[in-house]
Amino acid sequence: MAQETILKNSEHESSLIAKRVYISGLIILLLVLMIISRVFYLTVLEYDHFTTLSKSNRVKITPIPPIRGLIYSRDGILLAENKPIFSLEVIPEQIDDVDELINQLKKIISIEDNDIKRFKKSLKKKRRFENVALRLNLNEEEAALFAVNRHRFSGVDVVAGLNRYYPLGEELVHSIGYVARIDEDDMKKLNASNYSGTTHIGKLGIEKSYESLLHGDVGYQQVEVNAQGRVIRVLDRTAPKPGENLHLTIDISLQRVAIEALKNKRGAIVAIDPRNGDILTFVSSPGYDPNKFVNGIDTKSYKALLSSKDKPLINRATQGKYPPGSTIKPFMGLLALNNGVRNLNDESWCPGWFSLKGHEHRYRDWKKQGHGHTDLHKAIIQSCDVFFYILAHELGINRIHQGLSKFGLGKKSGIDISGESKALLPSREWKRKALGQAWFPGETLIIGIGQGYALTTPIQLAKATASLASRGNVVVPRLVFSTSSSITNEKKELPIKTEDKIIMNNERYWGDIIQSMRDVVHGVSGTAWRSGLNAKYEFAGKTGTAQVIGIAQDKEYNKDEISEEFQDHALFIAFAPVESPEIAVAIIVENGGGGSKTAAPIARKMFDNFMNKILVNKG
Amino acid sequence: MEQQSLGQRLHIDFPLLFAIFVLCLIGLLVLYSAGGQDIQLVYRQAVKLLIAFVGMIMIAQLSPAILERWSIWLFIFGIILLVLVIFYGDVGKGAQRWLDLKVFRFQPSEIMKLTVPMMIASYLADKSLPPKFSWVLMTCVLILIPVLLIAKQPDLGTALLVATAGFSVLFIAGISWRLLMSMGVLAAACAPILWYVMHDYQKRRVLTLLNPEEDPLGAGYHIIQSKIAIGSGGFYGKGWLKGTQSHLEFLPERSTDFIFAVFCEEFGMLGVLLLLCVYLFIISRGLFIAINAQNTYGRLLASSLTLTFFVYVFVNIGMVTGQLPVVGVPLPLISHGGTSMVTLMLGFGIIMSVHTHRRFLSF
Repeated sequence: MAQETILKNSEHESSLIAKRVYISGLIILLLVLMIISRVFYLTVLEYDHFTTLSKSNRVKITPIPPIRGLIYSRDGILLAENKPIFSLEVIPEQIDDVDELINQLKKIISIEDNDIKRFKKSLKKKRRFENVALRLNLNEEEAALFAVNRHRFSGVDVVAGLNRYYPLGEELVHSIGYVARIDEDDMKKLNASNYSGTTHIGKLGIEKSYESLLHGDVGYQQVEVNAQGRVIRVLDRTAPKPGENLHLTIDISLQRVAIEALKNKRGAIVAIDPRNGDILTFVSSPGYDPNKFVNGIDTKSYKALLSSKDKPLINRATQGKYPPGSTIKPFMGLLALNNGVRNLNDESWCPGWFSLKGHEHRYRDWKKQGHGHTDLHKAIIQSCDVFFYILAHELGINRIHQGLSKFGLGKKSGIDISGESKALLPSREWKRKALGQAWFPGETLIIGIGQGYALTTPIQLAKATASLASRGNVVVPRLVFSTSSSITNEKKELPIKTEDKIIMNNERYWGDIIQSMRDVVHGVSGTAWRSGLNAKYEFAGKTGTAQVIGIAQDKEYNKDEISEEFQDHALFIAFAPVESPEIAVAIIVENGGGGSKTAAPIARKMFDNFMNKILVNKG
Repeated sequence: MEQQSLGQRLHIDFPLLFAIFVLCLIGLLVLYSAGGQDIQLVYRQAVKLLIAFVGMIMIAQLSPAILERWSIWLFIFGIILLVLVIFYGDVGKGAQRWLDLKVFRFQPSEIMKLTVPMMIASYLADKSLPPKFSWVLMTCVLILIPVLLIAKQPDLGTALLVATAGFSVLFIAGISWRLLMSMGVLAAACAPILWYVMHDYQKRRVLTLLNPEEDPLGAGYHIIQSKIAIGSGGFYGKGWLKGTQSHLEFLPERSTDFIFAVFCEEFGMLGVLLLLCVYLFIISRGLFIAINAQNTYGRLLASSLTLTFFVYVFVNIGMVTGQLPVVGVPLPLISHGGTSMVTLMLGFGIIMSVHTHRRFLSF
């Protein structure tokens, strides 16, 4: 009996389910009919309406790229602008025979094989309804010629655009950088909708690091286009928000003094205002023309730049790694005073060489006959090496590393462009990790005169000099000090960035070292005394000569025997005026020989230019 | 013993397989056009289809009895994954969250499209039908837990499909009309609450549907452009690869959710009729299998999966033709994209399993 109930139920269930399935089928049929009637309504009843919308006048939404912000120098000179250009663009969809079209166009406008090659290449990449440029940079005459003949060419139009242009060319390429066409790598990173109308993007320098400010926000317009794809009228428009203008800290007249001084030489000059970190001069020599990169540099020119012996593409100011040489001595002196290793008047005997106890090796002084009795003041102004060998030995590498780190050596300066090198401030840990070796005492000695493993970048050296000049106030160097709206012209100052102040156990130490650096220039026996002659203001400095190759124990450095690329680098760090510094500079001339002869006179020229302006301003 | 046919032995239902195959071919054809004639895109989609086919055939090898036994465990597993998604979704924010969830977000909710009807079917299968009120209540709870978890993600389209899958089992199981009506009334009463819970963009989609012209630049733009594309196709269509509107204009997601507009523009009303015929064939085959299934579990499950398949078609076309709000539901086996396709194919695998594991007693 029970068995029967279940069987009965099961039968009942299956018929119930079948009934529901049939009902579902019915509902599905009804809904499908609904779909069909809807599609019928759209495709048959409303066909004319939609065909009209689709064929004759269709509504299209096109992006309006924002205008890129301009870049000005501190003294108001335009450094990056947008020049109007015309290009000849083609909508492939509306062309039956591309080659015939090009032949016809050739009769009125010059089109070179290069253009055709590029055009055919991008023709393959783009969609059939997207504009493809056939000729770039039409001049006004060509644009007008086409305008007259426009009726003969459907699907072809002259499009006005803006092209980035750097009027000062190579003079500022290492700071401003350049924009270039957006490539596939950029596409992955950027906000596609905001860049939907943009063709160029910052690739280097300020153009790259301030990209988001310079670019602005995209606008849109809703336009009615006819069957040829030509815009008939604009229905609606949301204006783009133009990019912000940037104001650089660079003083062009000072920049030019530095460029002139490094003409036909390799090297770098960075000048910083110690009060706020403003970079007044930023030169890496040689430079190159950024304008060539904007619309794609040709392979031949690019290869020439790449393979040039002078390596113009390298930004020496932030990427060049140089031994600091004797310019490290004032900093070493400060460390010695602060750590109580030395008093100002403690003397060492300099016979022209120094050896560690129990070692044969002689560490030589640049002055073969020696400096005799030497205190810290004399050691700095005459750049006595032996004094600093002993001093470094007494300080030891740990204290040297810790102390110099505070001045930013071996660290990125924090400048507002990317690609900066950290260079190298060696330590025991570094050597163990990098070379797997223990630290040798002799290596400490040569750090004392800025040789050995120690490497700095010019920007680091300038920042350290600025910190010393302002008695321990560390400011982060910057190239942009304010932005301004291109609509309202309203200026916005960017904040000054500072780092931890360097504290001395006795504030007097700063004065002691600064006094010595003043006497390097203005003292009778200072290494840079020639550069200080007849100056209307006082400045302080330190010369440096960095060895590029090691000289064997029994050999002497002889300039004439060594080919140029192995000759010493000339260095000079300086600041002015001594009492309340407004400019600190680091100068490196690659293979320039002695710092006092080659580098120091450049600082004098720059300070003359800079201080003159201040004196004029003060009346 | 009766001699088993080839399909029985391989556990493949050839009519269904053939129709799915035709549909996939149509899909690849339209995708080639919609994707800007990118053969790589078509190639990648074909590979995904192949994988899905293999998955379908593998599932079909499992007998419905095994599936029934697994139902509850798969269901619990899916719920745990959904809870994990909520948990991790709250921890990480920004781009990383999106990446983290990329693996999780689609999979648990996709799995639920299969496990929810499996669970409900196995729950109701050993009870005598029509279901009593308390069972219906229990069923509703079982459905709403995953649906709310998915809606919270938020993924309204998938939540809708999972709910459909669950409730269709209930409908097929013979829930009384009176109960069905009162549930409908209750749902309508809850609509204002739903409105309150909805995200701004979801509200905008509903509002846009009511008046697309209001926001022609934003949300209404999809629908306007999609209607122009469909309408300008006419009865015969503009021809394959010749659709201008859908290519020229900014028709978003034209190779995924809005691919039907491209299809309409190029193949016209005639193409739509043929396409619907293929869909109807698949659906009627599915329902035929459901009716002829051997036990209640098989009947409920096969019909639910078939009905859900239809809901895909209906919601997608309704959305593209401007009759339903824009929710992310793809056109099954035509739209570009991997996850939903795999689930659909696995669903067909289950249907095939129901059909090919029948045992015939010979008297």
